[in-house]
Amino acid sequence: MYLQAKRLFKLALSPVLMLLSLFSTGAWAEQAERWQTNMAPGITEVGHQIYDLHMWVFYICVVTGIVVFGVMFYSVFAYRKERHQEPATFHENTRVEIAWTIVPFLVLLFMAVPATKTLIEIYDTDDADLDILITGYQWKWKYEYINPNGDNISFFSNLLTDGAEIANTEDKGSNYLLEVDEPVVIPVNKKVRFLVTANDVLHAWWVPALAVKRDAIPGFINEAWTKATETGVFRGQCAELCGRNHGFMPIVVNVVEEPQYEAWLGEKQAAAAEIKELMAKDFSLEELVERGKSVYTSSCAACHGANGEGGVGKAIAGSPIATGAMKEHTARVVDGVPGTAMPAFGSQLNEVDLAAVITYQRNAFGNNMGDMLQPVDIYKFKKGQ
Amino acid sequence: MATQADKNIKKLSIKLLGLVFIMFAFAMWVMPPLYDALCEALGINGKTGRQYTAVESQVDTDRIVKVQFVAQNNEMMPWEFAPNTSQVEVHPGESSQVTYYAKNTQDRYMVSQAIPSIVPSRAAEYFHKTECFCFNQQPLAAGKDADLALQFIIDRDLPKDIHVITLSYTIFDVTEMAAKQDSVAASSK
Amino acid sequence: MGAHHGPAKGLTRWLFTTNHKDIGTMYLWFSFAMFLLGGSFAMIIRAELFQPGLQIVQPEFFNQMTTMHGLVMVFGAIMPAFVGLANWMIPMMIGAPDMALPRMNNWSFWILPPTFLLLASTLLMEGGGPNFGWTFYAPLSTTYAPPSVTFFIFAVHAMGISSIMGSINIIATVVNMRAPGMTYMKMPMFVWTWLITAFLLVAVMPVLAGAVTMMLMDIHFGTSFFSAAGGGDPVLFQHVFWFFGHPEVYIIILPAFGVVSEVIPTFSRKPLFGYDSMVYATSSIAFLSFIVWAHHMYTVGMPIAGELFFMYATMLIAVPTAAKVFNWITTMFKGSITLETPMLFAIAKVFLFTVGGFSGLMLAIAPADFQYHDSYFVVAHFHYTMVAGAIFALSSAVYYWIPKWTGKMYNESMGKAHFWISFIGFNLTFFPQHFVGLAGMPRRIPDYNLMFADFNMMSSIGAFIYGASQLLFLFNIVRTITHGKPVSDPKVWEGGTTLEWTVPTPAPYHTFTTPPELK
Repeated sequence: MYLQAKRLFKLALSPVLMLLSLFSTGAWAEQAERWQTNMAPGITEVGHQIYDLHMWVFYICVVTGIVVFGVMFYSVFAYRKERHQEPATFHENTRVEIAWTIVPFLVLLFMAVPATKTLIEIYDTDDADLDILITGYQWKWKYEYINPNGDNISFFSNLLTDGAEIANTEDKGSNYLLEVDEPVVIPVNKKVRFLVTANDVLHAWWVPALAVKRDAIPGFINEAWTKATETGVFRGQCAELCGRNHGFMPIVVNVVEEPQYEAWLGEKQAAAAEIKELMAKDFSLEELVERGKSVYTSSCAACHGANGEGGVGKAIAGSPIATGAMKEHTARVVDGVPGTAMPAFGSQLNEVDLAAVITYQRNAFGNNMGDMLQPVDIYKFKKGQ
Repeated sequence: MATQADKNIKKLSIKLLGLVFIMFAFAMWVMPPLYDALCEALGINGKTGRQYTAVESQVDTDRIVKVQFVAQNNEMMPWEFAPNTSQVEVHPGESSQVTYYAKNTQDRYMVSQAIPSIVPSRAAEYFHKTECFCFNQQPLAAGKDADLALQFIIDRDLPKDIHVITLSYTIFDVTEMAAKQDSVAASSK
Repeated sequence: MGAHHGPAKGLTRWLFTTNHKDIGTMYLWFSFAMFLLGGSFAMIIRAELFQPGLQIVQPEFFNQMTTMHGLVMVFGAIMPAFVGLANWMIPMMIGAPDMALPRMNNWSFWILPPTFLLLASTLLMEGGGPNFGWTFYAPLSTTYAPPSVTFFIFAVHAMGISSIMGSINIIATVVNMRAPGMTYMKMPMFVWTWLITAFLLVAVMPVLAGAVTMMLMDIHFGTSFFSAAGGGDPVLFQHVFWFFGHPEVYIIILPAFGVVSEVIPTFSRKPLFGYDSMVYATSSIAFLSFIVWAHHMYTVGMPIAGELFFMYATMLIAVPTAAKVFNWITTMFKGSITLETPMLFAIAKVFLFTVGGFSGLMLAIAPADFQYHDSYFVVAHFHYTMVAGAIFALSSAVYYWIPKWTGKMYNESMGKAHFWISFIGFNLTFFPQHFVGLAGMPRRIPDYNLMFADFNMMSSIGAFIYGASQLLFLFNIVRTITHGKPVSDPKVWEGGTTLEWTVPTPAPYHTFTTPPELK
């Protein structure tokens, strides 16, 4: 009840706050896209077709609108009582009525034909050069590059925007809420197939520049494809309400030249190999805490607070779990807590990061356990030992 | 005093109430099975059919279809779950077998259910499973692992423009659901 | 039954009344209260979206606001308001003494206040109120829902029962209680549109009840209608929901068409053009509404044949809708028009609804919808049809009939001020939303990138203007009742031709206890 009352109080104050903010120095970065009023054709053939279709239907609507509203406003002005005392009495005309049933139908045909053509194009299932499995999580995306000759490369992509920017205590950058820690990288001029699914609730993967929007449905798999014709960085967002942080799970697609893509892929594979190697390494407490801090910021801070003070999730600072038995703490992080918003990080972070973040939580925010966990311990824990 | 008008009103109201019940029943008991039937017929969501009994058919050795396998863990499903083979190339009409690896990483007994989904969804009706671990719930004792088998045949009628089929299994934790079903089954005996 | 006794005194008059006018009045006041409640939720949403960043509410509460705004506006404000109009006007328009089932009428109203009290109280519950959007897609509304979802389900059932009872009553009244000589094809258009709407309600409210019942079973009784784990499918929910939901939007708009079809002829002093084709157009819109539902789900991954079918069927709806718009315009053509407040709202409704119809046509185009879907373009579209289409028609109806209800004339300049402020506020709110939607802003987000900032600020300012104009509306109504200039001419409006304009003004407690003579 107290929280509700506080919320109501804040609401009552909001108009005042807003007026004040109008006069404060709006130090927002100016951007080229501001005042954008129309769909952008994007960087794909299909995107251009959709754009043309959109404009075509729009122009038909504008012309129809001018005619219809023209007659309407003419009638309203010309047949005002002061000018036109005696109203006409006609109230039907079968021929006219049939005509204006047929004409809209014919106009619709002019829209239906190109729409059908574009739709068939979109549903084309010709072989792709690259398959990427996209999984929506509350509230991040996972990308898995399907590799026919070896291990798949997979990683999570989290919102990068700082909490302070969202809370208005720091200036917002130009990619505010549209920036991630790990963008998905695709080669230019290659047909890329996206297999879209979800881990928990519905999500939808939408990148306007690629003209792709597909619902991500838990348990089922959907497909879409794109063929980018330009390099660059393209941004999108989740388009299906998926809970609290629906507005905070952006998508960033990096379209690069093929050699760059190969290099990136190589790096990713090397990084995966490195993780394997790191698993065998013994870390010092300092190393783990340092690595854990950045993992905490990207994976935990949104719910547990930047300083472990809690929020949607419980406080980490002084928490009986983070200052209790190591095994219990590990289980919480790796397996999650069913029925709550605490996900199982075991499938989202690698062993090194898991060990680091658990160690960090036990040795930060005033928690002073002094103990630590090695990646190999996580590995053993996961194997049920 | 019930006039003719009152009687008419009553009759009409009862009819309308009947319509209300019919529509409710339609939503509850007709739409879900109808939807399932349509899904299987049209491959909506890439749903595949029930167990398929193999019929003798010629193997179409002129065509090669690539079948990719992917695996997903639904939220809260801590098992390890992955295909042992990431893709195979098969001829339509030919029976193939692959396995998925599953390991219960927890220190308790758990039951899983795998849900298949195929893209392109048009291919779903041509993908016949003669044997699949997804037909049943799969239990595993604490710490145990297993190779789960899938045997399939791709229909010779698969549209010519489909060269790649992706089969995804999403594994769900149904331990509680299975326990409930067991207790219902036990109590009804 | 003593035909000429007046209303009972005190609270019991309202609690136990079976009089269609009393019940109509209660429906109208209740819906206005809900309109203000749903409107204040909208103000919170727009205040949060005034600027990028989180200022006023947290995302969790924001989601509850968008959900409750939709639910309260659709089920609490618009639908009961039209039922209120139906109660007041249908008996008077067809020459009947009252509704066919007066006691049930009392029930169908009195279910509503406790239902919405319950729904609103979920906001104070542990875990908060419904936060899954007014379309409550599973599994966000089942496995992942806050505990209050059970109360939400109960509330949806209760309002469904209320609507169904109301509709049965309306059908029974129209079918059985028409004055001698009032054939179907002589009924006022408002009665026609309501008759068709009532059939739609009887057909689809049970489907909504089925959807929430399946949800309830999934949540509490271990079934898996909407969960893949047990052999169900979350997409099934969307099909069931929109099988209800698409007819539902016509349930909201058809009575609004009816109102406009009364107001425009009156103030054009010319009979409605193409009455017969209006009836056929309304019926065909109602029929088509059952076969277009999946156009809300183009991105869900349907087979191409399905996409094409739903696209073509949806586009077809433009044909009867266009015919209706042409009919209204032709009614005005060569009329003798005066622009009192009801007429202003009716013309604006035709104009802005048609704009919403154009964006609807764009949304029907499946490939283009891959870009529009779940963006602010959709938000702009359905507010053009719901707010300008339905609420403007409701404002028009209130100004049109309030002299008949109260025997007092509203203040014309205040009415016109209400209109112009609403008109400007409305367009300022929702027109820029087309732009941000096309530029890539998804709906239902509490915060956004700076590129969307300017239009969102415009939109919020417009929303505050539109919201404030409704207070002027309220003031004008109260002022009319307390200080309005008395009118006694039964006709009130020079051009009024339907039966309600033949009874005294204000309408006595009982009208047409003996059926009127029809020429």
